[in-house]
Amino acid sequence: MVSALSSQKDKEKQTKAAVSRRGFLGSAGVGGGILATSLGAQEAAAQAAANVMGPTEVAITLNINGAATKLQVEPRVTLLDALRNKLDMTGAKRVCDRGTCGACTVMVNGKTVYGCSVLAIDAVGKQITTIESLGGPGKLHPVSAAFIKHDAQQCGYCTPGFVMAAKAFLDRNPNPTREQVQKGLSGNICRCGTYVGMREAVLEAARSMKNA
Amino acid sequence: MPEYSWPPMNKRAVMGKPFDRLDGPVKASGRAKYSSDLNKPGQLFGMFLHSPHAHAKVKSIDISAAKAMEGVTAIRVIAEPGAELQWAGQEVAVVSAVREEIANDAIRAIKVEYEVLPHVVREELLAKVGSRAKAAGEQVTGDPDKAFKDADAVSEGEYGCPVITHCCLEPHGNVVQWQGDTINLWPSTQAVSTIGGDLAKQMQLPATNVKVQMDHVGGGFGSKFPSDKWGSEGAHLSKASGGRPVKIYLDRANELTIAGTRPSAYAKIKMGASKDGTITAWQSESWASGGLGGGGMPPIPYVFTKIANFRLNHTAVSLNAGPARAWRAPNHPQASFLTCSALEDLSAKLKMDPWDLFHKNMDMSPRPEVYRKQLVKAAELMDWKKKWHPRGSETGNIRRGLGLGMATWGGAGHASKCKVTINPDGSIEVEIGSQDIGTGTRTCITQVAAETFGLPMSAVKVKLGDNAFPASGPSGGSTTIGGVSSSTRKAAVNALEKLFERVAPGLNVAADQLEAVDNKIQQKGNPAKGLTWKQACQKLGVDKISELGENDQRAAAKEGLNTSGAAGIQMAEVEVDIETGIVRMRKMVAVQDCGLVVNPKTASSQVYGACIMSICSALMEERVMDRMTGKVLNPDMEFYKLAGIGDIGEIVVHMDITPENDKRGIIGLGEPCAIGGLAAIANATANALGVRVPMVPLTPDRVLAALSMNRRNA
Ligand code: FES
Ligand code: FES
Repeated sequence: MVSALSSQKDKEKQTKAAVSRRGFLGSAGVGGGILATSLGAQEAAAQAAANVMGPTEVAITLNINGAATKLQVEPRVTLLDALRNKLDMTGAKRVCDRGTCGACTVMVNGKTVYGCSVLAIDAVGKQITTIESLGGPGKLHPVSAAFIKHDAQQCGYCTPGFVMAAKAFLDRNPNPTREQVQKGLSGNICRCGTYVGMREAVLEAARSMKNA
Repeated sequence: MPEYSWPPMNKRAVMGKPFDRLDGPVKASGRAKYSSDLNKPGQLFGMFLHSPHAHAKVKSIDISAAKAMEGVTAIRVIAEPGAELQWAGQEVAVVSAVREEIANDAIRAIKVEYEVLPHVVREELLAKVGSRAKAAGEQVTGDPDKAFKDADAVSEGEYGCPVITHCCLEPHGNVVQWQGDTINLWPSTQAVSTIGGDLAKQMQLPATNVKVQMDHVGGGFGSKFPSDKWGSEGAHLSKASGGRPVKIYLDRANELTIAGTRPSAYAKIKMGASKDGTITAWQSESWASGGLGGGGMPPIPYVFTKIANFRLNHTAVSLNAGPARAWRAPNHPQASFLTCSALEDLSAKLKMDPWDLFHKNMDMSPRPEVYRKQLVKAAELMDWKKKWHPRGSETGNIRRGLGLGMATWGGAGHASKCKVTINPDGSIEVEIGSQDIGTGTRTCITQVAAETFGLPMSAVKVKLGDNAFPASGPSGGSTTIGGVSSSTRKAAVNALEKLFERVAPGLNVAADQLEAVDNKIQQKGNPAKGLTWKQACQKLGVDKISELGENDQRAAAKEGLNTSGAAGIQMAEVEVDIETGIVRMRKMVAVQDCGLVVNPKTASSQVYGACIMSICSALMEERVMDRMTGKVLNPDMEFYKLAGIGDIGEIVVHMDITPENDKRGIIGLGEPCAIGGLAAIANATANALGVRVPMVPLTPDRVLAALSMNRRNA
């Protein structure tokens, strides 16, 4: 179905329909008669458009950590939810679900993105990198190892997002200053307050990645 | 009776050492499975319909359209017609469906008619809450009126801190499955051993029919003790769906609206002192709200409990807002903020350095010597005497200030049972119905067991997070470390004694003359006469040794394994831009009283984290209620702000680890370090600006308003 999306224009149309539907879901209260009507209108408009996907599940293939992975998702499903609910890749966490906290950080084509703010269907054809691609216990990535050494985690729920953000940051900036680390990781939030260890961890990871 | 007491500080090989947390690798590699990460076979998604009104009656509810939707497996009405809803976000109905998206659609297809009732959702102006105010009786000690008349200086001020939320990153919720007469619950909880019984009671099942398992929890901070509606309703949905597991978690908006808050605290406080700075009188009219149930009086005057003359009045305000739950050191940060702010204002009135005023009056606290020592230490780490300047003496657009705040807490161990097994291959297994909420509990239990057996950490496997294990208390009030360490120690000593009995005859040494050190069992002090640990365990043949240990709270103090009483001082240095009103952290110092510290690394992480949480509540956090609609205006993480990595400045933590403190046994410290920072930052800002910003968080609008008010008054 996705392969039918040949022209960029069609793709845009399609995405827009999916986004606005999701946007509606996000903001709707209950019992909103007016909103319900406008949903009908939107759906009608969406159905009139060419090459419409959904609203039921569609088959897509995502390139995740180098592997082509087939799955079925509704067009409104985020990349984050597809990873977590469909593929059991649960390193990325759903916390704010609207692009504020960074707990869902993954990389798409080498850049960090908030997985909660990208639709799965929009990630088709791109290289998706998740924390599952970094080493697990016993074969830890230097960033993970430095987080452990400097105790930059307590409950740990924010940690995978920070580790991904730090890894991507160091890929771009292998010799950061403390100030740059603080800027580079400012798109993530930790509730337990692990930033003191984290500053040290990222600086240390930079050193150990250089020596590796 | 076996000798349970801790080995002397200088003889410990494992306890007291800064080991990395053992669950670090699974967490930092994204492999840790929190309950919210589970994808059980056949799993359904549950979702609530929440009340859009702060106060309403359900007139009718129509679930037929939702029920008919393909993929919906069950639907339940929670608020039947006639039910009164008391806060926005309260649960009205719940559905389960094969996909989360379908559950979402089904929720929207439920039609509810409400009769909207009047609500009250804001309490900062007591005069405006009408009948929602409930005054407690006045408390008077001494003769405050005379004391104020005789005082050389009297200062008066108004102070307030709003309701804040826990904002745990892992939302509240669970995966739950009800099959036959058994419920399996995978919760996000601080109370593995009690949450099952809690749910069983709601479902009218025997407590043992609820099986609980949880490996990790993504933050709780006091908000994750009970089995909530997501437990009971999730179980009903599961049963109605043929016993399929149901995953049901709150989204962020509902998490911030209904899953727990810290009550507000407001007060008008008057203090009197003599010229030399001796506090003579206190008078306060305070009010607070933690939702419908009102809000109790924070323990004020805080720390300075022996002020000779005081009068206390408190009013609880009932609001149509999400209910309070315990929040790291319940009511203490508020009490510390109110008291230490008033003290800072009093010292400004006296033109005294507040450090001198606090130091001078420490006899009015329960532990004067400890606090005085801490004040000296903290001042040294902050360079207080060099940096401090009187209020208002800063000029220029960027103004710096110093402030301090104080803390007191208990922290004795909770009731805890533990089973320790020595296997014939020499490995050790510890089973305990506790949980590691990010404090390093797993790691500390491992250290205690390894120390007791004279083994390395790797020889010990700790299993927790399961209510099939011996029951251990909920992780709240800084009680876990004392409880689990003591029960583990006792179980391990009991098991070791059994092993000594088995190997004593062969060694020709009396069992009570044996010791376990350095991977060996040997005659005390005589390495020549002994066996390696492995050889000793081989003597067990195919048997294993399993022994229980228990921390009984009544006996604990006598045994000396754990105790209570943790004082603390925090200091803050801030920088305020008087043109933008932005307050920035430069430095924080935390001097933390403690007892025996099992793992100084994870322990100091607690303190760093608590300092950062204080920065959040002092500068950013506030649940904002909309007077008109009665809803939370900022149930998200853009406008419910938390500090980021660039917002914290320098933080210096000093743990009072000394032989003297070590002798007190273990004292929990998750709470005491989370208390004084709020006051310290508020006071530092007053010192920088020369004027009190009455209400925290110290947002730019409040800072600028206080400055312009000051200019007008001048
Ligand atoms: S969950 Fe995606 S940014 Fe917070
Ligand atoms: S470690 Fe708990 S939120 Fe960061």
